[in-house]
Amino acid sequence: MRVYFDYNATTPLAPEVLDAVTRSSADVFGNASSIHRFGQQAKATLDEARSAVATLVGGDPSEVVFTSGGTEADNFAIRGAAEALEPTGRRHLIASAVEHEAVLNTFKALARRGWRTTLLPVGESGVVSPVRLREAITTETALVSVMHANNEIGTIQPIAALAEIAHEHGALMHTDAVQSAGKIPVDVRALGVDLLALSAHKFNGPKGAGVLWIKRGTRMQPAMTGGRHERNRRAGTENVPAIAGLGVAARLARGKLSAEGARVAALRDRLETQILATVPGTAVNGARDARVPNTTNISFDRVEAESLLIALDLEGVAVSTGSACSSGTLEPSHVLKAMGLPAHRTQNSLRFSLGMFSTDAEVDFVVGLLPRLVEKLRGLSRKVG
Amino acid sequence: MRIVVAMSGGVDSSVAAALLRDEGHDVIGVSMQLYDQSEGQTSFGSCCSIDDLHDARRVAAAIDIPHYIVNFERQFDEQVVSNFVREYATGRTPLPCAHCNSDLKFATLADRALGFGAAAVATGHYARVDCDAASGRYLLKRGIDPAKDQSYFLFSLTQDQLAVARFPVGGRPKDAVRDYARARRLPVADKPDSQEICFIPDNDYRSFVEKQLPGGPGDGTFVDERGRVLGTHEGIHRFTVGQRKGLRLASSTGTPMYVLALRPAEQQVVVGPRTSLEQTRLTASGVNWIAVEPAGSVQAHVQIRHRHQPAAATVRSLGDARAEVVFDVPQIAITPGQAVVFYDGDVVVGGGWID
Repeated sequence: MRVYFDYNATTPLAPEVLDAVTRSSADVFGNASSIHRFGQQAKATLDEARSAVATLVGGDPSEVVFTSGGTEADNFAIRGAAEALEPTGRRHLIASAVEHEAVLNTFKALARRGWRTTLLPVGESGVVSPVRLREAITTETALVSVMHANNEIGTIQPIAALAEIAHEHGALMHTDAVQSAGKIPVDVRALGVDLLALSAHKFNGPKGAGVLWIKRGTRMQPAMTGGRHERNRRAGTENVPAIAGLGVAARLARGKLSAEGARVAALRDRLETQILATVPGTAVNGARDARVPNTTNISFDRVEAESLLIALDLEGVAVSTGSACSSGTLEPSHVLKAMGLPAHRTQNSLRFSLGMFSTDAEVDFVVGLLPRLVEKLRGLSRKVG
Repeated sequence: MRIVVAMSGGVDSSVAAALLRDEGHDVIGVSMQLYDQSEGQTSFGSCCSIDDLHDARRVAAAIDIPHYIVNFERQFDEQVVSNFVREYATGRTPLPCAHCNSDLKFATLADRALGFGAAAVATGHYARVDCDAASGRYLLKRGIDPAKDQSYFLFSLTQDQLAVARFPVGGRPKDAVRDYARARRLPVADKPDSQEICFIPDNDYRSFVEKQLPGGPGDGTFVDERGRVLGTHEGIHRFTVGQRKGLRLASSTGTPMYVLALRPAEQQVVVGPRTSLEQTRLTASGVNWIAVEPAGSVQAHVQIRHRHQPAAATVRSLGDARAEVVFDVPQIAITPGQAVVFYDGDVVVGGGWID
């Protein structure tokens, strides 16, 4: 049996999405900027996807800017806002310490160019406290960027409360919703954000398509300069097949959000409960209440996560430690570190993330496997650590 | 049989993996990340760089085996790099590859391999392992290709380690290994062999040691065999017994001067003529007897560095993992910190670290 429990890394395409990508690749080759019928056909495909995304996040289609994915959307949000607000003297940026690298490394890049940056701490639950934001924010703050749901532990952040504080101080609010869009309800008006990033391949869409939702009226420097695509906000000929897939994925996700969320949550909860019950020395990392329904992050005492991940893969089970660095190797998780977990626990934790094709039989298989693998690795761990 | 292959991205370990795969084994490729490459560092030495990890992955894909990169940065630093720096700082000339083999590849990595359900660990070393039916012991033997033999770097493997060790290319000449790589269309078939110490950038070990040891070991003096001061130098870690280049000293008679010994306590480099480099006796510590430990003394051919022509000698165990070696004829530049390995023909009887 092959089990894929790494949906937070990426997801398989929904059959309807595959169909849409295939059809538009074959039939809709026109450039969406062209005046002729070929172009019109491509433009119509983009418009349909734009509407579907707008519906998914509760925004207006005109506020949806297609990007190459979540990383580009985060870069665009932060750099675009920072540069647009630079002349106003707002040169301070705030993010949480548990953001994705797309945010953290963009902050580092801007810090090297003179912006002041602050990372908000999180508690053991992994949640950012609005009190901490209130302490850090000033009238020089240009942007607050806090992810909606964390990729490693699934924790949902109090975005609406944070956005309110940001706006009181005249700052923009961005949220990286890459791990929440398509999994839980995401409503840009209820969250009160100005910018929101999402990525198609995290909810059964194709790679290479993402969105930055930009609230109407928000001043932004363009992500790319060039032609007049995406209302002058992101130049470059649109990736029509991938965007068509994104639209279908958004529509599918929206249609079965609550039913699928409940189904996956039940699987995740059973997996989690049974691991805790059958494998001694295990604990869940982060708050168990406010989480996306598909994610659990569990530490296994006296086992290196790296070894357990490989041992599981050799048995056909794909999971993750939650932070694969660029060379594909494993480093201690910055998220677990920021939560104040002791060093050994940052290196013995695995992320299980479920999704559309996950089944009860797969949960049973993994639960049946883990006690034996963990026991074997613990027996060999005399030289480890 | 499930076998973990340590894949460096070079042609030898790539062919090792391919050979085992072609024999029908369940092969798992593992590459060790040994130092921080988060900034895309390229200035490190030639082995195990990020490009080599990519090469290993391409080979694994070409022969269709799973491949993992494991992070041994901490272990490598503790077991290999620290020792390397400490040895130079104390006037010795280290041999990091031998430590890496016995303390990392066939220790930490082998433990991991067992955790993955593997029964053996293979590398691309040119050496062979046999089981001696009479004694029941595992024997380490030279690789078939005399120019490529690496048994010298493996002398410290214990019986437990040899029991799980596999050296698939050890029974082949290098040319045949390259031919196999080409025939198998491995992406590294024509990649040049690595020569340098993998973690030393630009082959400049002196700068590396100085960066790791801020402030020490410090300046000192050159002295002759009678203790007369001949000049000053910038630290004993810059010198190796037998070294001639870079001394910038001329003897009064005009004969070339060589490093004879390093005295860490006094920060002295003792220099003298080539004839003074000749010695007939050495003692070794950390001795590992691969064949049975001799009761008395044994005759052996003894090698005191990688490219040394083995010399006839009498080897005697002193107990406590120590041994004495007396050569039939004097040897040039017996260097503390290097390995001394005792051979009976192709068989490694044992070896240790030169005192």
